[in-house]
Amino acid sequence: MPEVLRDYLRSPPAVIGLALLLLVIAMAASAGWLFPRDPLALAGRPLVWPFQNPRFWLGTDNSGRDIAAQIFHGARISLLIGLVATAIAIAIGVVIGAVAGYCGGAVDTILMRVTEAFQTLPNFLLLLVLVVVFGSTITTVTIAIGVVSWPAPARLTRAEFLSLRNREFVQAGRVLGLRDARLIFGEILPNALPPVIVYASVVMAVAILLESALAFLRLSDPNVASWGNLIGLGRDVLRVQWYVSAVPGIAILVTVLAVSLVGQGLNDALNPRLKRR
Amino acid sequence: MSAILTLESLGVRLPPGADRSHALQDVSLAVAANEILCVVGESGSGKSMTAGAIMRLLPRGVAIDGGRVLFEDRDLVRADEAEMRRIRGAGIAMIFQEPMTALNPLRTIGDQIGEMFAIHTDLSKAAIRDRMLGLLEEVRIPDPRLASRAYPHELSGGQRQRAMIAMALALDPKVLIADEPTTALDVTTQAQILALIRDLQRRQGTAVLFITHDFGVVAEIADRVAVMQHGRVVEQGPADAVLDRPQHDYTRQLIAAVPPLAAPPPRALSDTSVLTIEHVSKTYRTGGFLGRGARVTHAVKDVSLRLPKGGTLGVVGESGSGKSTLARCIVRLVDPDAGSVMLEGTDLAGLTRAEMRRQSRHIQMVFQDPFASLNPRRRAGDLVAQGPIVHGTPPARARARARELFALVGLDPASADRFPHEFSGGQRQRIGLARALALEPRILVADEPVSALDVSVQAQVLKLLGELRQRFGLSIIFITHDLRVAAQICDLVAVMKDGEVVERGLVADVFGAPQHPYTRALLASIPGRGFGVARPVATT
Repeated sequence: MPEVLRDYLRSPPAVIGLALLLLVIAMAASAGWLFPRDPLALAGRPLVWPFQNPRFWLGTDNSGRDIAAQIFHGARISLLIGLVATAIAIAIGVVIGAVAGYCGGAVDTILMRVTEAFQTLPNFLLLLVLVVVFGSTITTVTIAIGVVSWPAPARLTRAEFLSLRNREFVQAGRVLGLRDARLIFGEILPNALPPVIVYASVVMAVAILLESALAFLRLSDPNVASWGNLIGLGRDVLRVQWYVSAVPGIAILVTVLAVSLVGQGLNDALNPRLKRR
Repeated sequence: MSAILTLESLGVRLPPGADRSHALQDVSLAVAANEILCVVGESGSGKSMTAGAIMRLLPRGVAIDGGRVLFEDRDLVRADEAEMRRIRGAGIAMIFQEPMTALNPLRTIGDQIGEMFAIHTDLSKAAIRDRMLGLLEEVRIPDPRLASRAYPHELSGGQRQRAMIAMALALDPKVLIADEPTTALDVTTQAQILALIRDLQRRQGTAVLFITHDFGVVAEIADRVAVMQHGRVVEQGPADAVLDRPQHDYTRQLIAAVPPLAAPPPRALSDTSVLTIEHVSKTYRTGGFLGRGARVTHAVKDVSLRLPKGGTLGVVGESGSGKSTLARCIVRLVDPDAGSVMLEGTDLAGLTRAEMRRQSRHIQMVFQDPFASLNPRRRAGDLVAQGPIVHGTPPARARARARELFALVGLDPASADRFPHEFSGGQRQRIGLARALALEPRILVADEPVSALDVSVQAQVLKLLGELRQRFGLSIIFITHDLRVAAQICDLVAVMKDGEVVERGLVADVFGAPQHPYTRALLASIPGRGFGVARPVATT
């Protein structure tokens, strides 16, 4: 593991990504301490431009709420949605992909047809349907994002399993008398995981974007301070007070960029073939 | 005879962080026209690097840092890239170990051979075609016209290698470098390719630099021999001098490690059999929808064998003969279609998978590839302890036992905490043996357990296997393509061809007086047959 860390830290983009990600995490952690008041409470005059009033250094939105407070508290929401939705998507994807890849035959065919059925639907449309049916609280939105994001990790895991399941060390495990579940999760999965971990960063970036897109359409939970909600609000005043949408937009950009750079860095560090470039 | 290609104290530097500073140090060799120089050595000896250095095709970060390569009075070390392009192919040609990866899979054979002329000559299309067909005829590909229109995957391994040779010889090169050209081939095909290279070399007077790890091949083909170790030439001279009167210790060691083809005196065999295989068949069906156009492969066809208690049964054959499928049927990695595998009253072939898991402690397997058969993410000790733990041994006791087994197979018990990649190939194979023995099986199925190892390591592992066999009273089914190895370790041998056992019996009988024509062909194809027969038996 220290070797992977050393390889990771050798790449400048990966280090920048990690620094940005730590910055977003720091924002989320310090939100309650820097902005102890409810970020959705009215704070002052509406539509104050950034850097005009020292109390609201990122300005206020169209109902007079502090944008800086919403950005800091929004970091919590975005990271939370990103992490939980990714965990859900990867968990479903890994289990389905692992079983399909290991068992092969009819099991594989059925599971992959189901996966393809999910993939043929544009996942944002599916997300809209789920949110419309089950309501738009933060919990349902997060679960819904996770549920629409699993097919790609499932296919990736299956591909890894297909190449690993006939390796001699797996056969050796079978000859020793290991059960299928132990072979799948104890022997093959640890070897199949690195590309899936790397792909998780993509899923996380997409999850954050999906939530923002939902919020932009005002279909996300309006009772939490999320970046997407703020962009959605800013839509009404986009031509004049563009900063209301731009500030959270930059926050999303930075977070997604950070997550992607970290993912790319992990990929390079975990992939031994790229080591000697 | 004056040399065509001369290497003068050639040095090749490795990038920093490699296991040694130089891949080649002070290598001096010379090949004359109409001569075959064999460069022989174990993996990592720098023999392939020598070929790369001559052609100036070295991996990134590796560079020549001294000496000269003289070819027709030119120093190739100082030649520019344009000059090297003219020399490669036309002056010095090369053939590789694996013809499948050296040929472009998307273009026909004829097209690829014709390209050699298109690049280096001004011949017309029709002339190129004639020359190309002539070459294919010369390398004795059956039906050259058909072969020239075939894609690489449509030819057999031997035919692909013939096509590669045709390509290499297209422009009448002065020097042919052959880098392990027969290692990936079956023994009968290998014999044909060696004869072909020898024959072409005689007729055209080519100088051949032949790189190999196999002393049998050396004995078969070499005029002169150079032995390499750790990037240095430790001994060179005429073939019979080096092979019969080796001067350097390393050469002596290497030659002593080559198993002689003669079997050691037979051991007494028990009358009771521990494993009886009866009428086992396995058929694979591929492709085809609703039975149309399906291809049926009879991997194992009605095989019946008996393994006496404490005995070792060798199953020999070429690739595709079904010997590995048979091994996998026995341990139920593959479910046989028909037949029975009786292990002391239990028919393994008829068990459910759960029942087979319980039986697995009695029958264990050792695999071929020491790099693929150990889970890279588990510590060596855990790999060995895993089996007993699954079968109910308390983990602490299983780990303690694993350390004992480490000592038994000749590994440092303290190294049980290391990961597989920290061991060498031979050490990994010892771990594989320890893992199989941890369950204290009665039967060991060994699938080509020494094929991936260097010859000196191979001898050590075979010796270990012989010792363990005595100590544990093991009965072994030993799958191998190498008849020399089979002669050393097996009591009985069964020869397989196309899924069937064509001949069986005591090793000394089968190898000494083969009955079936295929067995005779196999034995006749072993390179350097007579080599080493007179020597005392090295392994027991």
